[in-house]
Amino acid sequence: MAEEISAPVGVANVDHAGSDDNYLNHGKGILSWLFTLDHKRIGVMYLVAILSSFFLGGVFAMLLRSELWTAGQTIMTADTYNKMFTLHGAVMIFLFIIPGIPATLGNFVLPLMLGAKDVALPRLNLASFWLWLTGASFAVVSIIVGAVDTGWTFYTPYSTTTGTAVISMTLGAFILGFSSIFTGLNFIVTIHKMRPEGMTWFRMPLFLWGIYSTAIIQVLATPVLGITLLLLVAERALGVGIFDPALGGDPVLYQHFFWFYSHPAVYIMILPAMAIMSELISTFSGKHIFGYRFIAWSSIAIALLSFLVWGHHMFTSGQSGLTNMIFSALTFSVAIPSAVKVFNWLATMYKGSIRLAAPMLYALSFLFLFAIGGLTGLFLGSLSTDIHLHDTYFVVAHFHYVMFGGTVIAFLGGIHYWWPKIFGRMYSERWAQLSALLIFVGFNLTFFTQFVMGSHGMPRRYYNYLEQFTPYHQASTVGSFILALGFLIMAGYLLHSLVRGEKAPANPWGAATLEWETTSPPAYYNFKHDMRAGDPYDLDALRFEPSLGGYVRRDPSSVLATTEGVE
Amino acid sequence: MTATHFGRMLLARFAMMPDPEDGSFWMPPQVSTVAHSVDWLFNFILAISVFFFVLIVAVMVIFVLKYRRREGQDAAPSPSHNMALEITWTVIPVVLVIVIFFFGFKGFLDMATPPANAYEVLVEGQKWNWSFTYPNGYVDENLHVPVDRPVRLVMSSSDVIHSLYVPAFRIKMDVVPGRYSKAWFEATEPGEYDLFCAEYCGTSHSDMLAHVIVHPPGEFEPWLEKASNFLETMSPVDAGRKLFQVRGCMQCHSMDGSAKTGPTLLGVFGRSENMADGSTITVDENYIRQSILEPNARVVAGFEPVMPTYQGRLKDAEIMAIIEYLKAPEGAPQEE
Repeated sequence: MAEEISAPVGVANVDHAGSDDNYLNHGKGILSWLFTLDHKRIGVMYLVAILSSFFLGGVFAMLLRSELWTAGQTIMTADTYNKMFTLHGAVMIFLFIIPGIPATLGNFVLPLMLGAKDVALPRLNLASFWLWLTGASFAVVSIIVGAVDTGWTFYTPYSTTTGTAVISMTLGAFILGFSSIFTGLNFIVTIHKMRPEGMTWFRMPLFLWGIYSTAIIQVLATPVLGITLLLLVAERALGVGIFDPALGGDPVLYQHFFWFYSHPAVYIMILPAMAIMSELISTFSGKHIFGYRFIAWSSIAIALLSFLVWGHHMFTSGQSGLTNMIFSALTFSVAIPSAVKVFNWLATMYKGSIRLAAPMLYALSFLFLFAIGGLTGLFLGSLSTDIHLHDTYFVVAHFHYVMFGGTVIAFLGGIHYWWPKIFGRMYSERWAQLSALLIFVGFNLTFFTQFVMGSHGMPRRYYNYLEQFTPYHQASTVGSFILALGFLIMAGYLLHSLVRGEKAPANPWGAATLEWETTSPPAYYNFKHDMRAGDPYDLDALRFEPSLGGYVRRDPSSVLATTEGVE
Repeated sequence: MTATHFGRMLLARFAMMPDPEDGSFWMPPQVSTVAHSVDWLFNFILAISVFFFVLIVAVMVIFVLKYRRREGQDAAPSPSHNMALEITWTVIPVVLVIVIFFFGFKGFLDMATPPANAYEVLVEGQKWNWSFTYPNGYVDENLHVPVDRPVRLVMSSSDVIHSLYVPAFRIKMDVVPGRYSKAWFEATEPGEYDLFCAEYCGTSHSDMLAHVIVHPPGEFEPWLEKASNFLETMSPVDAGRKLFQVRGCMQCHSMDGSAKTGPTLLGVFGRSENMADGSTITVDENYIRQSILEPNARVVAGFEPVMPTYQGRLKDAEIMAIIEYLKAPEGAPQEE
């Protein structure tokens, strides 16, 4: 290589010759994983756990879509169907999508982006994972002893009177809430205390702004869910009359409590996805991100505004017209920062040098799908149209366009982006493109039809349906099978890459954030040297090195701390 | 419906061909006074959404085609920040959402404010049927209303939360236990329309359906008078059959021998039943009466004690008619 790295201590961060010692083989045996304090291993364990939950939730979804192929009974009874949609929702929300991006990619990437050895509180990080496992076990116990048929929202008084295993499921969600709080708290402390030399707040990668905004919501909103679910358990177990009108309670109070958490929670789900998007769009457009400060501030704005809009889930609950008006107005305010982000991402692509690698395909998918998801939110935020659309498939479709078309698609983009860093292997680009295409097509067929049947009046959570909705349901079911095929292919080539994949270079994509300055996979200790951060989107500082098949810094010393490192 | 039929229907609807039976591509037919303004706003938001969606996707596609990476060519220098542009695309959405909010709120005020002279119907939701009580005390399982007259619904639930939803009227309102919720509408076209329960309420939530029957001018009052006198005009067996259908019995008790949430009542009279507490009884008039008024006092083995009481909701003559219906030798095979 032309430029030898001349670090003060004479060691390169990137050992281009390849080192055999990395975090994956640093310790041996299952216990070295289960009790590790290494953020990377915790991130990988979370990844396995969360993708398993996604698979489980996906199986429930496929069973639901199969049942809905015909009106009346197709493959299961009404009671089974009601449990299935509850489990699909509960597993996808509490086990998969809320912890999803922060616990997996956040855990893995956040300390690396900071050039740090680990998160600020590694033991809390491990505790968070163990709490996740405990919460998940409660959910599994609930499924085994008869499951829950309340819907993932656990609305009272249905949830306090049904004969199913509500207590174990809600305790599971309660424990998972603490797991989420621990992760959020850890990230807040880490970002405040462990930024490297040169990384001012407005030189943080936007991924960190997104994760930071998410963490604020996790820490502030999740306790409310905890209290609400405990009250629900108290009411069921002890007959305390808080929500059940038969005991002098108020069932609508439960909805206020529940959505006070669960609306901010959808931003816990989408903000990290937006955070990934900013990285993907900039890297694969080969350009500095456009409007950095607007994107950063819009994340904070979304986090704060998200606390003020919960009442829009309750426009038909009988709450006063004045309350409806206030919540409708506040709801529209959240649309603005989301729109700003989308325009900034588009502007980043202007005059870029756009590579259509798999992560970018997901980023483009996201723009398409999230645009639909976001815009259909306008129909639901507006009072008179929401009255008609509330609790129909229109809402189901809107939710899935935002959560699946938004969060899951960005998560997949993130997985494909950081996969070489996490596992040190490349995957098959060709298969990745095919799978991305199938997922895109299948998704739209599954959920766009649901908008149309919803606005025609098809209510959600319906086992049986009227004849006129049959073609929509069948189109949707066909779409879901295409979608599932896309995921099967993805599972195939990703697993294949672990064994047979080409070895990944340190920086395969030419991104300028610090995680690409260490080996793929990273060494156990992450970096050999203290790091210094510059502009995270200054892609001109990198050049392609054909002999490595990846990118290197034109001036490698620019990312090394000027003070003596702690060796 | 076949796939080709579906394809043709989609095509027809995309082309916005008038199809009064089915409504538009997006919406069911408009049958209430508020439906038009709701649909207008829906279409207004749809136009804005389509505009922005096409804009976003078009810009995205053009950029991808135009700035696709080519060998040996890097990104061209361009600013990474432009305050005027960024302010513009913040302010334009702000203005648009304020406009949407305003129209949504205005439309909602009309939907939330019933006229003073509205005809009042009491609605009760229970798992899993609706009952509609008219001013003279008559109860029906469907909502019958006169055309062109405002109707106000005063609704309550005897168990969990339900939600009354009539897509053709564009109205929906939750029905909450322990309080009264209200909704109103004025139907504009005679006919029969679907009424759904929109808030999940358990096993047969998706079968908690009813019809709204909008009577042509002058036909509602005669209908109500005739329907109200069914105990006098019908035989006890026929009256019992009607009550069995109207008052929600058949949601859980079949008349064809199959068990649903409750045991089948086909040939129940005189049958020996094993009770959950281990005893055995023979079904007679007194057991049926007790099962209606104190349903969970003696439950048949194998079933959950979930039936709501009909204490105060059925008159003695009505209970008697139901007993006569269940006693009828045909086991009530006769279909309406």
